[in-house]
Amino acid sequence: MHAIEKILARAAGKPTVTTGEIVNCKVDMAGINDLYLQTLRSFFEMGGKKVHDPNKIVVFLDHYAPASTIMQADNQKQFREFCWEQGIDLLMDVDQGVCHQVMADKGLVYPGQVLVITDSHTTIHGAFGAFGTGVGATDLAIIMATGQLWFRIPEIIRIHLDGTLPHGVFAKDVILKVIGALGADYGVYRGVEFTGPVLKQLSISERMALCNMTTELGAKTAYIQPDEITLEFLRGKVQHEYEIFTTDPGYQYAAEHTFDVTGMTPQIAAPHSVDNVAPIAKYVGTPINQAFLGTCTGGRADDLAIAASILQGKKINPRTRFIVVPASKAVLLEAMANGTMKTLVEAGATFVTPGCAACLGTHEGMLGSGETCITASSRNFPGRMGSAKAEIYLGSPASVAAAALAGKIVDPTEYLK
Amino acid sequence: MSVQKILTGKAFVYGPNIDTDQIYPGRFLDLTDPDQVGKHAMEGADPNFVKEVQQGDLIVAATNFGCGSSREHAAVTLKAAGVGAILADSYGRIFYRNAINLGVPLIVCPGISKVVNRGDVIEFNMTTGTVLNKTSGKTLQAQPLSDYVMNILASGGIKPLIKKQMEG
Repeated sequence: MHAIEKILARAAGKPTVTTGEIVNCKVDMAGINDLYLQTLRSFFEMGGKKVHDPNKIVVFLDHYAPASTIMQADNQKQFREFCWEQGIDLLMDVDQGVCHQVMADKGLVYPGQVLVITDSHTTIHGAFGAFGTGVGATDLAIIMATGQLWFRIPEIIRIHLDGTLPHGVFAKDVILKVIGALGADYGVYRGVEFTGPVLKQLSISERMALCNMTTELGAKTAYIQPDEITLEFLRGKVQHEYEIFTTDPGYQYAAEHTFDVTGMTPQIAAPHSVDNVAPIAKYVGTPINQAFLGTCTGGRADDLAIAASILQGKKINPRTRFIVVPASKAVLLEAMANGTMKTLVEAGATFVTPGCAACLGTHEGMLGSGETCITASSRNFPGRMGSAKAEIYLGSPASVAAAALAGKIVDPTEYLK
Repeated sequence: MSVQKILTGKAFVYGPNIDTDQIYPGRFLDLTDPDQVGKHAMEGADPNFVKEVQQGDLIVAATNFGCGSSREHAAVTLKAAGVGAILADSYGRIFYRNAINLGVPLIVCPGISKVVNRGDVIEFNMTTGTVLNKTSGKTLQAQPLSDYVMNILASGGIKPLIKKQMEG
């Protein structure tokens, strides 16, 4: 069995599972985001009164942090009251940041965990060797009511990352290259495991970016076998006991792909699809109205530090605005403590509240019609960040910061010391 | 309650990778009433959809329909707008679960978008899986729904099922 299958078998209380089988799994942690008041509605519509286990539920007020309309405020109010009534202590209010980063910061995610959140990018937790998957409101309500949910045991695809990462090339570039090569629907219903020597060159932050973006392949979940880099990150953070599962020798993957990153250049996904990928050289010179650095994909402390190294002592282009959204409160505090925030603000950055911000087109950095944005986030769908007549380019945090400085898309390699 | 055996409706046809932002734009996510949510169906891809759609009409699409965000609003809006079923090459997996949970049949039918034009009248037989384009006379075979999914649809969605389970 694959490690992912062993995690699901353990949660289903079965010795073995097979690909395609539908199993009912106990969920170790279930997260709800403030977009999904429908979760509470579905819970009550199903006759729910008390949640199955209040200690296995976490509520994140992150997508509307803080509320910018009366309706958002009313929705968040209902979530807070629900948590108080139900004894849910893990209420992450509007100061805390994006659900996935908060899970990592607070040691709530661990290897072998079955983690389900009402957010599609829950695949990110493969960076910790957890089974993370996104669901909708009603599925989450079923977990709240019963503690369980059904899953189909997915086929697993192996993506082997070979070679040495060149200067100026990051995990975001690698995963864009993979998505461009395989297509936005390649991973639908399947799990994706990353292997290979490149992983040893990637920090937890970079591994999170890699696993996060498998959602844009359509994947159900992602996985990186925990190693010393994982354990170093988890040490002192995670209180919960955990078991690290390993894949049996000879496990047959549904497909295997090798990508050699040696000689790779930074990559860009151009409007309006995440798999519309090309080397950045193709788009050099494209004028940029807004550079956006943040979110669960590209708003970690390392990402802000890379931007600061490019913008140290410089000013951004006067025709470009630079929105920075730390992924979480912990990221913001780190950026304050190490001087990154000061460097970025002095360079002309606009800091907004840790959270999802304009990534989902509701507030804090919306795009007007005809505007062009380069973003470190995950999606460039039409209308994703505001006007459907805006154009969104996806790139690495370095590519975003370099574009803020130049006022146009440039190769960040030349700007990185 | 049982599943309606024959679904007939006018088709609205879309290409590949129609994401949930196009089905239901993010700026309306704070709406929670299904009737209100239904007013913005397909707004990001096709602003005329809500003006033209009638109860029981069908959506036909190419690959990966409903990819992207987990927002259940995308399934709620189509159901509230009157969509009777969706036929596509493939679906985003979270959207698939969301729609089935709400009792909206999602049919996997490879190649469907190439043999249907907007406005064609489509008849789908839930029992045999046969798709008939009544406008062109062409037929196509869809993949059968699993027993698990049929059980959810026959119950009118997953909520009545879980409700019964919890009461039992």
